[in-house]
Amino acid sequence: MGRKLLPLSGNYAVAYAAKAVDVDVIAAYPITPQTAVVEKLAEFVANGELDAEFIHVESEHSALSAVVGASAAGARVFTATSAQGLLLMYEIMHIASTMRLPIVMAIATRAISAPINIWCDHSDFMAASDTGWVMLMALNAQEAHDLTVAAYRIAEDPEVELPVAVGYDGFWVSHTVEPVEVLDTDEALKYAPKRRRQYVLDPERPLTMGPLASPEWYFEFRVQLHDAVERSREVILKAFDEFRRNFGRAYRPVDGYYTDDAAVVLVSMGSASGTALSYVEEARRSGIRVGLVNVRQFRPFPEEELYKHLEGAEVVAVVDRAINPGSAFVGPLYSDVALTLFKRGRNIPVLDFIVGLGGRAVTRRDFDEIARRSLTYLGKRMKDVKQHYAFIGVRE
Amino acid sequence: MGRAPGWRELPRGAVIPEPGSSVRYKTYTWRVLRPVIDQEKCIRCRICWTYCPEPAIIEVEEPYTTRTGRTYRVTYRVDYDYCKGCGICAEECPVKAITMVEEVV
Repeated sequence: MGRKLLPLSGNYAVAYAAKAVDVDVIAAYPITPQTAVVEKLAEFVANGELDAEFIHVESEHSALSAVVGASAAGARVFTATSAQGLLLMYEIMHIASTMRLPIVMAIATRAISAPINIWCDHSDFMAASDTGWVMLMALNAQEAHDLTVAAYRIAEDPEVELPVAVGYDGFWVSHTVEPVEVLDTDEALKYAPKRRRQYVLDPERPLTMGPLASPEWYFEFRVQLHDAVERSREVILKAFDEFRRNFGRAYRPVDGYYTDDAAVVLVSMGSASGTALSYVEEARRSGIRVGLVNVRQFRPFPEEELYKHLEGAEVVAVVDRAINPGSAFVGPLYSDVALTLFKRGRNIPVLDFIVGLGGRAVTRRDFDEIARRSLTYLGKRMKDVKQHYAFIGVRE
Repeated sequence: MGRAPGWRELPRGAVIPEPGSSVRYKTYTWRVLRPVIDQEKCIRCRICWTYCPEPAIIEVEEPYTTRTGRTYRVTYRVDYDYCKGCGICAEECPVKAITMVEEVV
């Protein structure tokens, strides 16, 4: 009993979280940089520290399928993946969400091949953005631990019953060792208790899951899914609030820094937000009116919470770690941020800066360049922006 | 048929809570066009019955006398609960006694 402070990598922090909530079934397939999560969990199971079924599967498609089945039978389940593994799961991700199965998955974010690259960016995470999963992004190992525990409470809430993905940057977070306060099983289970869902596979009460739905039925279930994701907003806020009360660490859908009087507000997600904050603090000392928003909750996208921090901005600079080639928005985070402003009638320049693809380091100097470029748009409108996006740190 | 339940009323996640309920699942709603048999033109050749992939053409022991005075021992009907409106019957009918009519919701 009692919390322990342990030196843990982001991956181990996630494994300790899955252990703390006493998962029943784990199925995963190794892929860098996620592998250490399930290696650690396999060790917990082998040592008898965690009473769970560890299913060895032949691919990520099977890993997620196995936890879909286990979750349908009422088990508390866990899986983890990265990059190509997530893409292989993509088909099953939609099945998990529309079947309303409260699966929790950790995603150590990694670039997508080709060329083969095992390092961090958000191409994999963003590819899952339309799957109907609740998606959270952790800044560091402690958050990866905490959000994984909170994910079970959110996923299994009777109002929600949806799968939740917890992202954290490959290597930058997954392999960086930090002091992490690890929750023990008693308190984690008190915070996120196991409960029996209305519909579970049970030989005593036969029912059908995942049936064919013809044109006169299908549409309704997709609307149900959208509604559940929307309703998760409240549940996430409550889960974060309860987390703060129990464990003292406060999480919000977005974090705002110096946004009250900022002319330029940077919007970033993942570990780069830490670097961005360090830059912003330095810039403030030299009188540059720059602020920062870190997006922690990506789905459902926290428009209201984000907009509170953008209301006073003259220029918004989105920092994207993935690209959607040929799209109108280019950076996927940009599309959500730009629409948040557009829907509220804010006509200010919204710029998109693509950074750090394939693990290229994102530095304070990059943020300085982003801020300085953004400052040249002060007083302008969106139509004055000739090209809304730029690649930062790429060789011409 | 009454109004089908809306998304708020349907079981969560497309679960069908009642086992064995598929016998009540009528597949006619897939249909866009419905075949209508003109009993006057029909020559009772049974070709529609043979070709129907469902099968949704039913042969019933029901005599029918045409206006020209010809009496048949059987009548062909469409099982509208399962006919999906593929139109094969109308295509194959040698005397064009089957017309595909638009379903009106």
